[in-house]
Amino acid sequence: MIWRQDVECAAPADLKALQSEYLRKLIPYIYHNCPVYRQKLDAAKATPDKIKSIDDIKRLPFTTKEDMRDNYPFGLFCVGQDRINEIHVSSGTTGNPTLVGYTKDDLKLWGDVMARVLGCAGAVPGDTIQIAYGYGLFTGGLGFHYGALEMGLRIIPTSSGQTARQLKLMKDFNSKIIACTPSYVLYMAEEAKELGVDPAQGNWKIGIFGAEPWSEAMRREIEGIWNMLATDVYGLSEIIGPGVAQECHHKDGLHIFSDVFYPEVIDPKTGQEVPEGEDGELTITTLTKQGIPLLRYGTRDIVSIRYDKCRCGRTSPRISKIKGRTDDMIVVRGINVFPSQIEHVLVGIEGTQPHYQIIVDRQAHKLDEVEVLVEVEQRFFSDEIKRLNEIRDQIRREIENVLSIGVKVTLVEPKTIERSMGKSKRIIDKRAL
Amino acid sequence: MKITQISIFLENRKGRLYDVCSLLGANQVNIRALTIAETESFGVLRIVVDKSDLAIKLLRDNHFVANFTDVVAIEVPDKPGGLASILKVFSDNDVNIEYMYGFVEKFTDKALLVMRFEDADFAQQILAKHNIRVVAEKDIEGL
Repeated sequence: MIWRQDVECAAPADLKALQSEYLRKLIPYIYHNCPVYRQKLDAAKATPDKIKSIDDIKRLPFTTKEDMRDNYPFGLFCVGQDRINEIHVSSGTTGNPTLVGYTKDDLKLWGDVMARVLGCAGAVPGDTIQIAYGYGLFTGGLGFHYGALEMGLRIIPTSSGQTARQLKLMKDFNSKIIACTPSYVLYMAEEAKELGVDPAQGNWKIGIFGAEPWSEAMRREIEGIWNMLATDVYGLSEIIGPGVAQECHHKDGLHIFSDVFYPEVIDPKTGQEVPEGEDGELTITTLTKQGIPLLRYGTRDIVSIRYDKCRCGRTSPRISKIKGRTDDMIVVRGINVFPSQIEHVLVGIEGTQPHYQIIVDRQAHKLDEVEVLVEVEQRFFSDEIKRLNEIRDQIRREIENVLSIGVKVTLVEPKTIERSMGKSKRIIDKRAL
Repeated sequence: MKITQISIFLENRKGRLYDVCSLLGANQVNIRALTIAETESFGVLRIVVDKSDLAIKLLRDNHFVANFTDVVAIEVPDKPGGLASILKVFSDNDVNIEYMYGFVEKFTDKALLVMRFEDADFAQQILAKHNIRVVAEKDIEGL
């Protein structure tokens, strides 16, 4: 169902008018309530009198995760702590954690966008949802909880873990919707088989999966094993938590709730918006949030965006699945290269598991050279040299198609690519830049 | 009758061939025939051993990529023109050989050659029709 027909299916001009109205209110609000932002806006000469419509958003300064960390804990708040009703903290591997605080209205907004997520995935009031995202400081569990309350679903707040109990509650309460990470639902399928339960006979019909990257191949696997519709949800705690964007049953991009979370796709090199359909960093402005509003916040997630109307009737723009992270981006001969693009190629070639490494090197007075090391897998190994060369050439051609630069592909023995914390080290940049 | 060859992916790095041979040697696996095909960056080692199931387990447990391949071991008269007489049969019958190599030792007065065919089943029909003797797995184990 479409939870908020008025905004989700609004005519583009009406949507733009609404976004402009919100932005005209937001900038003075931030300017007068947050000294840190005031300084930034003054420096960018983006004072409230200059911001008249949503098109003026380009004048606003960007905000980054570093800004949040530097101003920890309360520097970016626009309200006193007495008006904050809930606080979430995301784990930081270095330095300060990222803190988000919600006013009562922010929590209402969260419930509203999460109800839109649930509707977009196919939920209707009265359905039963099992929320197996973690409850607590992580935004996943409570975000779904508020949305389900708003919509009027029957909630089974299992939180994550205790798989045998998850499966029992699924059966006993006939829950139709499962919300958790995609890897956890696959793990639960394995556990189910161990317990003699056929996942295909399970009760879940709709899955809402997020909080980690997952591929189309993984979607097919989940849908096949569980006999369910597997949809992708997007969000990040800095913006609100889950509830920023969600796939409908057409699974053709994630509808971003742009009336409240205004998206731009920015080229990280130039700071300019990329043309529609091209890859860049998803940058979001929260148009109505009160506690910690964010201006042009760089999510570090690489997506493309499209503005055409979806078959489901929604006019809200759609973002692609996350294609990579800007943290990993390298620039080779003027081209942005994301390891995830290469990973995508490798997953697409049958039987190839992505254990790979990208080595960028520059000989004196020469062009940058890219070499991709790919670990040979049992499944595509052949005793014939010509077959191995064919696979190598196929990988090379497909990577070159995607990146538009020449690369060298070298097949290496398994377990020879250095792994740190279970993940391979993706890029070695030997250039002296 | 087909026999089992083990093919192993090796990078062109110092000591990799030694690693394979010492692993097999330490576990009493005897190599009966061997060849290496190489490119500029990697090679494929192909071996016939007396205990192939054990060998492939050892290799995979030690993170080598290794597969079984069906090959045919053929007795070839050990005299001038011996191999040519066999190859003529294949040529006349449009049987393609992917690659071939010799055994380390022989157990009759004939030489033993390992041959990898594009279509091993068809090759065997031709071999049977022309009474060319092939060697069975148990013969290899007994070598």
